[in-house]
Amino acid sequence: MGIERTYEEINHKIRSGKAVILTAEEVLDLIAGEGAAGAAKKVDVVTTGTFGPMCSSGVFLNFGHPKPRIKMSEVYLNGVPAYAGIAAVDVYLGATALPPGDPRNRNHPGEFRYGGGHVIEELVAGEEIRLEAHSYGTDCYPLKKIETAFRLSEINEAVLYNPRNAYQNYNVAVNLGQKTIYTYMGILKPNLGNANYSSAGQLSPLLNDPLLKTIGMGTRIFLGGGVGYVTWHGTQHNPSVERGENGVPKTPAGTLAVAGDLKQMQRRWLRGLSMLGYGVTLQVGLGIPIPILNEEIMSYCAVRDEEIFAPVVDYSRVYPYREAGNLGLVSYAELRSGAVTIKNRQVPTASLSSYAGAREIARTLKEWISAGKFTLTRPAAPLPSVEAGIQLQALPQRNPDEGGF
Amino acid sequence: MAIKQKLVFRFPPSVVEQPFIYRLVRDFDLMVNILRADINPDKEGRLMLELSGSEPDYRRAIEWLKQQGVRILNLKQQITWNEDRCTHCGACSVICPSGALELSRPAMTVTFDESKCIVCELCLKACPARAMKTLLEQAR
Ligand code: SF4
Ligand code: SF4
Repeated sequence: MGIERTYEEINHKIRSGKAVILTAEEVLDLIAGEGAAGAAKKVDVVTTGTFGPMCSSGVFLNFGHPKPRIKMSEVYLNGVPAYAGIAAVDVYLGATALPPGDPRNRNHPGEFRYGGGHVIEELVAGEEIRLEAHSYGTDCYPLKKIETAFRLSEINEAVLYNPRNAYQNYNVAVNLGQKTIYTYMGILKPNLGNANYSSAGQLSPLLNDPLLKTIGMGTRIFLGGGVGYVTWHGTQHNPSVERGENGVPKTPAGTLAVAGDLKQMQRRWLRGLSMLGYGVTLQVGLGIPIPILNEEIMSYCAVRDEEIFAPVVDYSRVYPYREAGNLGLVSYAELRSGAVTIKNRQVPTASLSSYAGAREIARTLKEWISAGKFTLTRPAAPLPSVEAGIQLQALPQRNPDEGGF
Repeated sequence: MAIKQKLVFRFPPSVVEQPFIYRLVRDFDLMVNILRADINPDKEGRLMLELSGSEPDYRRAIEWLKQQGVRILNLKQQITWNEDRCTHCGACSVICPSGALELSRPAMTVTFDESKCIVCELCLKACPARAMKTLLEQAR
């Protein structure tokens, strides 16, 4: 019989300062020496991390009411529009929102110097933010316009709520075309000039728990330098893809929706980014602790970059036009070495997500747990995994005027 | 004593047309390796080059250029890397043609070696975190 542990036992050890915690990178040496069974006996928690651009991110804000009150229907934060179609002084500011006057891609490739992601970064940093809000006025909310400024500490709530983060594996983007293209996967030079990837591989949260046996609704996590929670499965969550023997998906698969109080997060782990020719986004730092409940859970954490494969996809034609097929699979060990072989050619690689950042997040989470500041949570409900049989849909394209009945 | 220097010449609009390179070669016996030339939005000419030759010739040439109204700067300080903004993603490493921006392994952190930089400025917009800046931008 191998080792079995409960969440309660692990938390008890954390509180008494006796828990053994390693990062998903550190644990690899131990497993190499003692096997998953031996390592499972010694280690209580494995910490993971990832720090990459995550477009499906944003913040819910509640400003509190001015005097007189206002029902905000059009809102700008430092000139960037926020969604105001909810209650009177509540908005959602998305990471990719752009000021109405931004030239976009009119002069291609557009620079996208400032947008939602940058406002979120400045909010977290405690900088002053300009607020402009318009309204039509009602008997209960008479004010029609307000221009003011505020800092994060001066508003009621600011909740980072990201509908899709922490992608489990991702495409490797290349360009088979004849001219440079500008994508959300960075600048892709023509004729297989470079191959860009974006996953922390062996450190990535969902690649260390590929079948979602421990990560679920309510799992407490590192989010943006503070504490957050998994709130749902992420949008486009797609667990039913092809997997290797180790359970690791060979294409983009699971995703997480996460939330946390922005007021305790840090600028260092929430960064506004400008993707040339594409738009603005937010680089999010996220880390998840994995409770080593038994040997099986440890065997998933044993996954190495050599054993995680990602599909190489052409972004000049195949990706944008939804054509089928990829250019084969490459491992994260190859990707991280600086070059991969594609179509018998050596292609230089670059990452959009920061491996150094992922490593630091996993270490920070380890320190928090070691210090007894952060305990683990048993999920309130599991997330849908392989057995849920989810099929990703494409948008129907039909004439909306021809009734379906 | 031989000398080899990477420099940036900035020419005011009034002198842009003069054959400086020809004079450097003919009158000062210097070898000139042009790295890049452009005219910035303020109509100021900019030439990035490597000069090599004997030290006395080099000194005389610099003196003469200054008299002509050419501003001379060290190429090294033209591009700055704001380490605080850098997230060490590594996206710049496949864009930088000179190897000035490189990902070191296994640390997986990016380093900037300004002595290798040829001031092509490709990194300025390629860096999503906008951690790379020109001296010009910083001054503004
Ligand atoms: S692209 Fe920018 S943020 Fe990324 S490593 Fe290079 S300098 Fe740093
Ligand atoms: S200016 Fe050009 S050579 Fe210098 S660091 Fe940037 S990309 Fe590299």
